[in-house]
Amino acid sequence: MKEYRTITKIAGPLLFVEKTEPVGYGELVNIALFDGSVKRGQVLDTSDDLVVIQVFETTAGIGKDSGIRFLGETIKMPVGKEMLGRILSGGGKPIDGGPEIVPEKRIDITGAAINPYARASPEEFIQTGISTIDGTNTLVRGQKLPIFSGAGLPHNNIALQIARQSKVLGSKEEFAVVFAAMGITKEEANHFMQDFERTGALERAVVFLNLADDPAVERIITPRLALTTAEYLAFDLGMHVLVILTDMTNYCEALRQIGAAREEVPGRRGYPGYMYTDLAGIYERAGIIKGKKGSITQFPILTMPGDDITHPIPDLTGYITEGQIVVSRELHRKGIYPPINVLPSLSRLMNLGIGKEHTREDHKKVSDQLYAAYAEGNDLRGLVAIVGKEALSERDRMFLEFADLFESRFVRQGYSEDRSIFETLDLGWDLLSTLPVEQLVRIDRDLINRYHPQFRQAAKAQE
Amino acid sequence: MEVKEITEKGRAGVLRRIAGPVVTAVNVDAHMYDVVKVGSEELMGEVIKIEGEDIIIQVYEDTSGIRPGEPVINTGLSLAVELGPGLLTGIYDGIQRPLSVLVDKMGDFIQRGVSAPGLDHQKKWDFRPLVKEGDRVSPGSIIGEVQETNIVHKILVPPNVQGGLVKSIRAGSFTVGETVCTLDSGTTLSMMHKWPVRVPRPVREKMNPTIPLITGQRILDGLFPIAKGGTAAIPGPFGSGKTVTQQQLAKWSDAEIVVYIGCGERGNEMTEVLTEFPGLEDPKTGKPLMERTVLIANTSNMPVAAREASVYTGITIAEYFRDMGYDVSLMADSTSRWAEAMREISSRLEEMPGEEGYPAYLAARLSEFYERAGLVETLSGKNGSVSVIGAVSPPGGDFSEPVTQNTLRIVKVFWALDAKLSQRRHFPAINWLNSYSLYLDTLNDWYDREVSPEWNTLRSWAMEILQKEAELQEIVQLVGSDALPEAEQVTIEVARMIREIFLQQNAYDAVDTFCDMSKQYEMVKAIKAFADQAYAVQSAGVTPQQIIGTRSKNDLPQIKFIKDYKPELERILKAMESEFNELRSSA
Repeated sequence: MKEYRTITKIAGPLLFVEKTEPVGYGELVNIALFDGSVKRGQVLDTSDDLVVIQVFETTAGIGKDSGIRFLGETIKMPVGKEMLGRILSGGGKPIDGGPEIVPEKRIDITGAAINPYARASPEEFIQTGISTIDGTNTLVRGQKLPIFSGAGLPHNNIALQIARQSKVLGSKEEFAVVFAAMGITKEEANHFMQDFERTGALERAVVFLNLADDPAVERIITPRLALTTAEYLAFDLGMHVLVILTDMTNYCEALRQIGAAREEVPGRRGYPGYMYTDLAGIYERAGIIKGKKGSITQFPILTMPGDDITHPIPDLTGYITEGQIVVSRELHRKGIYPPINVLPSLSRLMNLGIGKEHTREDHKKVSDQLYAAYAEGNDLRGLVAIVGKEALSERDRMFLEFADLFESRFVRQGYSEDRSIFETLDLGWDLLSTLPVEQLVRIDRDLINRYHPQFRQAAKAQE
Repeated sequence: MEVKEITEKGRAGVLRRIAGPVVTAVNVDAHMYDVVKVGSEELMGEVIKIEGEDIIIQVYEDTSGIRPGEPVINTGLSLAVELGPGLLTGIYDGIQRPLSVLVDKMGDFIQRGVSAPGLDHQKKWDFRPLVKEGDRVSPGSIIGEVQETNIVHKILVPPNVQGGLVKSIRAGSFTVGETVCTLDSGTTLSMMHKWPVRVPRPVREKMNPTIPLITGQRILDGLFPIAKGGTAAIPGPFGSGKTVTQQQLAKWSDAEIVVYIGCGERGNEMTEVLTEFPGLEDPKTGKPLMERTVLIANTSNMPVAAREASVYTGITIAEYFRDMGYDVSLMADSTSRWAEAMREISSRLEEMPGEEGYPAYLAARLSEFYERAGLVETLSGKNGSVSVIGAVSPPGGDFSEPVTQNTLRIVKVFWALDAKLSQRRHFPAINWLNSYSLYLDTLNDWYDREVSPEWNTLRSWAMEILQKEAELQEIVQLVGSDALPEAEQVTIEVARMIREIFLQQNAYDAVDTFCDMSKQYEMVKAIKAFADQAYAVQSAGVTPQQIIGTRSKNDLPQIKFIKDYKPELERILKAMESEFNELRSSA
C-alpha cells in the first residue's frame, strides 16, 4: 500500500492531500505520525488532484511529514457476540482493559436504509413503568422516541429508569442495551456506568464512550458504530435492542464544526444544510424487519440550547423521530420527578400499540381526556394570575384543581417506582372522576359505565 | 485501458471528482437532465450542470468507494417513468423502482447498483381495443382499455407520438411491452410508454375548478374546501398532525386515483400506510382503497437526489391518470424535505444561496410543481383533474420561512396546523382563524345544489361565531367569563359546541373518520337549533348558567360515533326543545 507525504493544507479536522492515485469517496485513511502513532480519517472529497480527509481525532502532531495511507475500504465495525458487557471508546476500541473483540463480521458503519417495504409495523407495547409515557405517550418496539431536555434537568435518570424498567407485557425476552455517549462528562458517564453495574444491566449492554474531552470529530462516528452494533444484535442475533444516544446536541455541534472547517454554505444557525439528512441517517436506523426476530428501539437524548424547542437540533429531530418526550424546567422546579410535560410530548406510534389487544380498550380515550382536561386546567392558570381564583366559574375551578392533581399524582412518581399500565389507567380514571361525568366528552358512555370509579363501585355493589 | 477505449468510441466519460451525491465527469457528450450511469457499478445519476468540460451529475445512490477514473456512460435519455397497467397498488422509491422488487433483488436494506423497471414486464393484461382499423387517432387518444384493479386503465397514444390511421389493432392478453396497435405511419404502440418526469404532460385546455374534493373531514369540506384540480398546503410544526391529515385525505378523498408521495419522511410511517391501506374500504364502492393508490416512498435516509426526483415522479404518474379522464389527488409529504434536497444539492454545487441557504430558484420550482395541478380538458377531450395537497414542515413552526411563504403565494387553500391545538388534543389541529380557501365562491353553487340551499348560510354563521369567540376570549383573558354580557356567554358556549362537536374529528374512530356532507349539514343545523333557542330564552330572562346546564345537548357529541345517527339526533333535538320550553315557562 502506497504511503503519501503530500499534505498541502491542514484546517481544523481536515487534511488536503495532493497527487494521489484514484481514491474512493468515503474511504478509510490511516495517518502515520513521526512518533509512530496512527490516527484515522475518512475521505470527504476526492478528485484527480486533491483529496480532502476528515480526521476523527485531534490533528495535533500531524504535519507535512505525516504519512497517509488509503485503506481501500469504507469504515467498518468489527462485531461479535462477545461485545455484550464491553466498554468501548467512541471510536470503537475496547477501553475496559479487556481483550480486543474477536470479530464474527465486519459491517460498513454508514448503514443502508431499510427498504420501507421490508419493515414490519411496530405495535408491541413497551411498558416503561412511567405513567406519563405508558399512559399518555406510549412507546412501542421499533420506535425512535427522543427525550428533549435542557441543561441541568434529570434526563439521564429518566433514560436510566426506562432502560431498567422496560418490558413487553407477557414476554420474557430481555432487552440488550447499546449505549452511546457523545461528549458527555466523565461524571455523567460514571452515573450511567454505576447504574448499569448496580442493576446488572451491563452484562447485556454494549457501551461506547466519547467523553467531553475526547476529540469532537470522533462523535460523528460514535452513533454509527453503536447502531451498526445494534443492527447486528437485532437482525443477525435476533435480540430486542434499546439504543440510548446521549447527547445528540454534542453530535450536531461536531457536525457544524466540520461544516465550518470545509467552508460550506451554512443553513440555519450555522448548522449544515444537510443536517436533516444526516440525522435521518441515524434516527431511521430504528425499526423492525418483516420475518426477523429482533428490533431496534431508539432513545436519543438531547439538551435543547436555551430550552428552545424551535432550535434546529430539536426541531429537525422532531421531524424525523416518532414523537418526543419533553422534560420541563417548570415541573422540575416544582420538585416533580419525572418532570415530563405531557402537553408538548407526543408518541406518534401510540395508537398502534394500545387498545384492546395491546393494553386496555379504554386507553386511547382516557389518554385523550386526560390531555384535554390538563390542557384546559393549565390554560386557566394564566387566567388566575390575572383575575384571581374567585372570578372563575365553578367549572373552571374544577379544571384548575384537576391540573394540580394531575401533576402531583399522575406525573409525579418515584425513581424506582414501576407502575403497571393498569395502575396507570386506573389512576387516570381516579383523577378524571373528580370532574363531573358530563364533562368527560372524549369518552363514550360505554367505557364510562365500565371503568369510571363511580359506576365501577356501583356495579360491584350490585353484585 | 478499458475505460479509454469506450471513451474513444464516444460513449463513456471519466469521473474526476466525487463529493457525496454530486460527482463531476469529463468527456461526456451530455445534455441537461440526461440520465447517466456512474462508475463501474453503474449507479444511476442525472446531469444537473454543465461547466466547460465538466459535467456535474447528481447520483441517486450512495457514492461511497467510487473513485476518480471510473467510467460514466450517458444513456442520452431524460429521467422518465414507465406508464402503463401495473402502476396501481405499486410502491416505488423516488425514481420508480418498485420497492417489493428491490427486496427480492437485494434484501431488506436498500443497496446500490440495482435497477428495476417501474412496471412488471412479464405480467399479461387483457387488452380491449376501443378503436378499430381505419380510425384516426391523435396524440393522447384512447385506443383501448385494461381492467387493472377495480379501476379501468385506459391505454393512450403517447402525447409525444404522431397520430394517424389505425392499421391494425388486436385484442387479447399481452405484456406491457408487446405491440397491440400499428398505425399507418408504421408506428407501433404497446400498452406502456415512457414520459420524462420533469416535463408536464400536455393538455388541450386548463379550466377553472367548480367541484369540491370531498374528503369526509368536517373542517376541510365544511369550512375550507379544496376543489377538484385545486392546490392546498398544510404547513405545521412537528407533531401537529400533518401526516395524519395527509393520510386521511389519501384514504377518504373522493378522487378516483390517489398518488401518495412520502418524500423524505419516516420509514415507519410508510410502513403504517402499507399495512393499513390494503385493509381499508372505499366508503363509496366498498373496494379496497389500495386498488386506486400509487405510493412513492423515499424515506429521509434514502439518497437525497432520489428524494428530489420523487415529487416529479409522483406528479407525472398523477398526470397520466388524469389524461385518462380521472380525478386524481396527489399528496406530497413533505414538500419541505423536497426543498431541502434541492438546497443540499445546490450547496454541493457551490451555487450562490438565496434565503436561508435555499437556492434562488426555489420559488420557481415550487410554482412549476403546483402549476401541474388543475382541472383540464385532456388531449382526448375528456375532463380530468389533478389536485395537489402539499405538506410543509416549517422549521420551528415558523410560517415566515421561505418554503411556506413561497408555497402560500401559489396555492389557493391554506390549512394552518397549530401546535397549541394538537397539545390540547384538538384534532384535526387546523386553526380555523388562520386557514382559508379561495375556492369558496366558485364552489357555492355546488353546495347549494348538492347539500342544501341553507348550507352556505350555515357555514358563514358558524365562522362568524368562531370569529366572535376569538374576540370574546381576549376579554375573558382579562376579566373572566362571568363579566361578559349574558348573550355573549351564550355565544361562548355555542362556539365551544362548534369546536368540540363539529370541528373535532377522531381519525381513529371507525365511524367518525369519514363524515359525509349530509351529516355535516345535520350537525351544524343541530348546533344552530340549540343556538337559536338559547338566544331566544336568554332574551326572555333565562340565565346563561341555566342554558349551559341543559343536559340534552351533552348527548350531541355522541352522534359523531353513530353510523345510523338520524334517530338519535332526532331524539336529542326533541329533548332539547322540551328542555328549552321548560326553561322558557319557568322564566
